[in-house]
Amino acid sequence: MKNKKYINLRFIVLLSLGIIFSSCERGFSDDVEFAEFPSNGDVFLDAFSAGLDYFPFVDAGADPEAFSVETEEVFEGDAAMRFDVPSFGNGFVGATFNTTARRNLSGFDALTFYAKASQAASVDAVGFGISGETGNQFQVTLNGLQVSTRWQKYVIPIPDASKLIAETGLFWLAEGASFEGDEGGYTLFFDEIRFEKLGTIAQPSPAIFEGTNAVENTFTGSTLAVSGLTQTFNLDSGINQTVTVAPSYFDFTSSDTDVAIVNERGEISVIGEGTAQISAILANVAASGGLEINSGGGLQAAPTPTLPQANVNSIFSDAYVNATESNFTPGFGGSTTEVTTTSANGDAVLSYVNNNFTGIIFDTTVDGSARTFLHVDVFAQEANVEVELQIRDVGANQTIESDNNGFPIADDVDFRFTLNNLTVGEWTSFNIPLSGDITNQKNNLGALILVGGPNFLLDNIYFFSE
Amino acid sequence: MKLKNKIYKILGTFVLVIFMGACDTEDEQRVVNFTQLVVADEFSTDGAPNNNIWGFDIGTGENGWGNNELQYYTDRTSNVKVENGVLVITAQRENFEGSAFTSARLLTKDRFEQRYGRFEARIRLPFGQGMWPAFWMLGADIDENPWPAAGEIDIMEYRGQNPTVLIGSVHGPGYSGGNAISKEYVLENDRFDTGFHVFGIEWGPEAVNFYVDDVLYNQITREDVTGEWVFDKPFFMLMNLAVGGTFVGSPNEETIFPQSMLVDYVRVYENTNEN
Repeated sequence: MKNKKYINLRFIVLLSLGIIFSSCERGFSDDVEFAEFPSNGDVFLDAFSAGLDYFPFVDAGADPEAFSVETEEVFEGDAAMRFDVPSFGNGFVGATFNTTARRNLSGFDALTFYAKASQAASVDAVGFGISGETGNQFQVTLNGLQVSTRWQKYVIPIPDASKLIAETGLFWLAEGASFEGDEGGYTLFFDEIRFEKLGTIAQPSPAIFEGTNAVENTFTGSTLAVSGLTQTFNLDSGINQTVTVAPSYFDFTSSDTDVAIVNERGEISVIGEGTAQISAILANVAASGGLEINSGGGLQAAPTPTLPQANVNSIFSDAYVNATESNFTPGFGGSTTEVTTTSANGDAVLSYVNNNFTGIIFDTTVDGSARTFLHVDVFAQEANVEVELQIRDVGANQTIESDNNGFPIADDVDFRFTLNNLTVGEWTSFNIPLSGDITNQKNNLGALILVGGPNFLLDNIYFFSE
Repeated sequence: MKLKNKIYKILGTFVLVIFMGACDTEDEQRVVNFTQLVVADEFSTDGAPNNNIWGFDIGTGENGWGNNELQYYTDRTSNVKVENGVLVITAQRENFEGSAFTSARLLTKDRFEQRYGRFEARIRLPFGQGMWPAFWMLGADIDENPWPAAGEIDIMEYRGQNPTVLIGSVHGPGYSGGNAISKEYVLENDRFDTGFHVFGIEWGPEAVNFYVDDVLYNQITREDVTGEWVFDKPFFMLMNLAVGGTFVGSPNEETIFPQSMLVDYVRVYENTNEN
């Protein structure tokens, strides 16, 4: 239906031109057809197809030398694609193969190819639809493609081919050893890569939020993203093949557009108080999974601090000049936390979603020798939120040093405090004494570690003395 | 009846090819035209299937109807009904009388039995591991002359995990079960679970011709069977949706329930000269 609208729009534009031209007394002939891009489905059979080029992900650390055209190990014809996957620590194979001339792929239902490898392997990602120009609007990815040492045909179904009328990204892959002991130092071969109309891609079963029905308690002004977007088809082999698909394949709906709206990129904006259900369809099939948004309306601002600047070393507060800039998204390995800055009635606050552990890492350490407390305001939208806050002094070497359980070692010390007994829907203020192990070592305060929650807001984080 | 003509044309071509390739069996190569409609169920009345044509097998038979099938057959509306112009046979995942699944099996035994003829049905099949729909026939003397001596003609069998593959077979004494005379047909660029397809046989004194839509894909003659030819007597029709069993394997966690086999029509023709 999207496509139709688009054509109608173009038609209307032309029609309005036509009105101008109407003084010439000319109308449209019945067979006015709009130009279409060529529907060539070939990607790489025995050579690069028309307009195709190789674009390695060099900026991301991919080895541009990993790709070559192979003439010995071929499935059919006289050439195949060859990728030499580096061993661990030596980069990875990552590239997209795009055309300079756009293709109309709407007549196909799958990208197919033959693949094998010098050893059995699980290829991290293979797909199509990488396009810098459109922000990968119609990207499709098959994760964990299992290849063996003999040639086998693989099928990556197209979630909704009617969207693919002007495509450039015909094939992409990423594979590398992501840890010591992961497969690497082997060779991958691909041949007869093409878009096909198989006619056997059937029984679509799209999903958002991994097919689960989630509930999010939030507030006006916050933004959320539709995640876990997949399309699953049953192939003629009987396999249910799931691919990860870009949001633009879906049409999203909010049950109450006074509460929340969703754009075609799957970005949800909460714009009012109330409840809205986010759902989606893909090519006229309802997706499983959804999100219920409960918006409590505008978020009230945290209490405005009253201490003079001179009494404060601030980490995060609109009321004070920062003592240091900080990294609020340190990306600890294994962290599931999403941190965003959002607005509470014009006041910037930190939003933590799905926190297991994260931290606020100070760019330069804070000398807290003259300070006695850490202040923080915490807001919870649901019951039983508990966050452990660890105030870390990193010592003279200015480096965070922890054992495998996260406890300070070497010259580091910390003090741990649990933020709990929060009143749902209100800001709770804490003044945490700089006590315990940091009582006598607080001149190199370097980080605040946040454990658990999992969902909460923070504001006005500062060290102070009365 | 454009379709019918097309089948006959193809049938004609097929027979011609056989004729040229095997001149010594000239007298057996005949096109059997069955044009006289004898019985038809168009499933145009909502509710239970027409009692004058269809009866039911109920329960699990002996050892899952001889195949370790997992379903309990019922005649409940939730397993079998006529609705919107089609017969709906539905497999459900539910605990019922000690079985983990329920479904239905219809048969024309003691209601409609015929020797020779053209038997066809237009069906949309379910999909997924463990789904085993069938449109088939058994010798009407099966109570006195137990299987496989009674004979069996499988007009359509299909495994849900192979949604493009149709299997047509005959079973008889010395060629039953895994040794049946059988052929698979792979549908090109299409599947059996996304639309209706016509599954049929033309059965005469010398041969059974198997077709799907307008494609004749097999002919089984007296010479092809490795035992006694038991197809010169009346047979009755069966339609069912089995779940699991030796032939298809058990459903897995990805198999969708409930799922239905939809039958648009069943039609049987005869040729007054042959029948």
